[in-house]
Amino acid sequence: MSNPENLKYTKTHEWVLVDGDVVTVGMTDHAQSELGDITYLELPESGDSVAAGEAFGVVESVKAASDIYSPIDGEVIERNADAVDAPEIVNEAPYGKAWLIKVKVSDPSQIDALLSADEYTEFAGDSSH
Amino acid sequence: MGDTTETSLKRTPLYDRHVAAGARLIPFSGWEMPVQYEGILAEHRRVRSHAGLFDLGHMGQVDVVGPDALAFLQWTTTNDVSRLEPGQAAYGMLPNDDGGVVDDIFVYRKPEGQDGYMVVINAANIERDLARWAELKARRPEFDVEVIFLTDHLGMIAIQGPKAEAITQKLTSVDLAAVPYFSLLDAEIAGIPARVGRTGYTGEDGFELFPAKEQVGELWDALMEAGKDEEIAPIGLGARDTLRLEARMPLYGQELGDTISPYEAGLGWAVKLDKGDFVGREHMAKVKEEGPKRRTVGFKTIGKTGAPRTHYEVAVDGTVIGEVTSGAFSPTLNENIGLALIQAEYAGVGKPLQIIVRGKPVDAVQVKVPFYKRAGK
Repeated sequence: MSNPENLKYTKTHEWVLVDGDVVTVGMTDHAQSELGDITYLELPESGDSVAAGEAFGVVESVKAASDIYSPIDGEVIERNADAVDAPEIVNEAPYGKAWLIKVKVSDPSQIDALLSADEYTEFAGDSSH
Repeated sequence: MGDTTETSLKRTPLYDRHVAAGARLIPFSGWEMPVQYEGILAEHRRVRSHAGLFDLGHMGQVDVVGPDALAFLQWTTTNDVSRLEPGQAAYGMLPNDDGGVVDDIFVYRKPEGQDGYMVVINAANIERDLARWAELKARRPEFDVEVIFLTDHLGMIAIQGPKAEAITQKLTSVDLAAVPYFSLLDAEIAGIPARVGRTGYTGEDGFELFPAKEQVGELWDALMEAGKDEEIAPIGLGARDTLRLEARMPLYGQELGDTISPYEAGLGWAVKLDKGDFVGREHMAKVKEEGPKRRTVGFKTIGKTGAPRTHYEVAVDGTVIGEVTSGAFSPTLNENIGLALIQAEYAGVGKPLQIIVRGKPVDAVQVKVPFYKRAGK
């Protein structure tokens, strides 16, 4: 699966869709593929604040538990309850219905520091596939 | 992530097939082994419903032969090997001097007409087991016995699942329906001579096959081809671990170790105190008589939580009373299950536990084990 051009990316394998001062955050295809079958998601509630580079949630596969990191500072305005209920959708549609949280951004300049699709694709490589 | 190119790792004869099948390979006990192919959940469920093929080329095997083979195994292992008829197998343990366990093992008495026993040991423990047996033999030089390491020329694969017998039957003239569980015979499978044990580590019916190492690939291909209609597929170590956990089979280094008594591990049934003297017997007898201070219990977590994992703390009313030895999301039950070694007074089916998952207590309840039992067993 190629990484959509309209998204921004982090080196910790999250994607970011920017829409004004609200961003939607999800997990990249590379990340879900590395993790394998995803069995559990822990996400923050609306109103919780998140900070760039800090863990906002946990994703578990059969093998291991991993942190999910926030790309930006801000406040959570929605979390994807469907993904919490049925975490396997992250494996099925990482760039679609399996978004994780929506965040109201407090410092939009942080978005500029994120990777483009090309930069992320090069960073993630496909050596492990 | 995923750097699997370390040159010091050993590879089994099936390595190229794993790569071709798209396996993800990981270092495991000095070997580069497949952890998953299509995905752990799918592989696990395939073994429960159809059949799966496992590369066990990393496991160790020894032959124990000589006039005193039986006496030596009686003295150096926990189960009563004298009860085995030719071609029968039994689970047991190799004890240390202090009532703990060096390894857990499978002892097969060879079929009629052959001398001695084959013992299957864990990959991670091969060197310590061989050293232990050498040390014990030096301690009792009067035993006329040889422990011969086979792994360099013997291969090992397993076919497991409800369709395992039907698939294997297509490739042999031996009537497999008549082969009892926990037995060993010599057979030709797809024209390849192999020792065949009706044993396994998944909670399903099936066979463990021991052909010559150079014929492992040929046997693997034959079973894959014969099992096409039954939807056989290769299974990695990830599903092997969840399968054995659902069946409440111990993993050395987690449920078992140097400082855990078999009675604490819930494996007292494989210790036969009345069979005569054996290494560590006094310590084990004392634990049994006094009652183990710790017990291994099965539990499920309540509600939607993170999975319990090895070494997570276990608490009751805020006091730590032990730790998780194995835990996972159970692909068959679709809930979190685990085993924990806890202070004995807190053990009991129905009693509550808290599992500390990433610093937060999660409610759990003790349940009967095994978590999964196949129909008709």
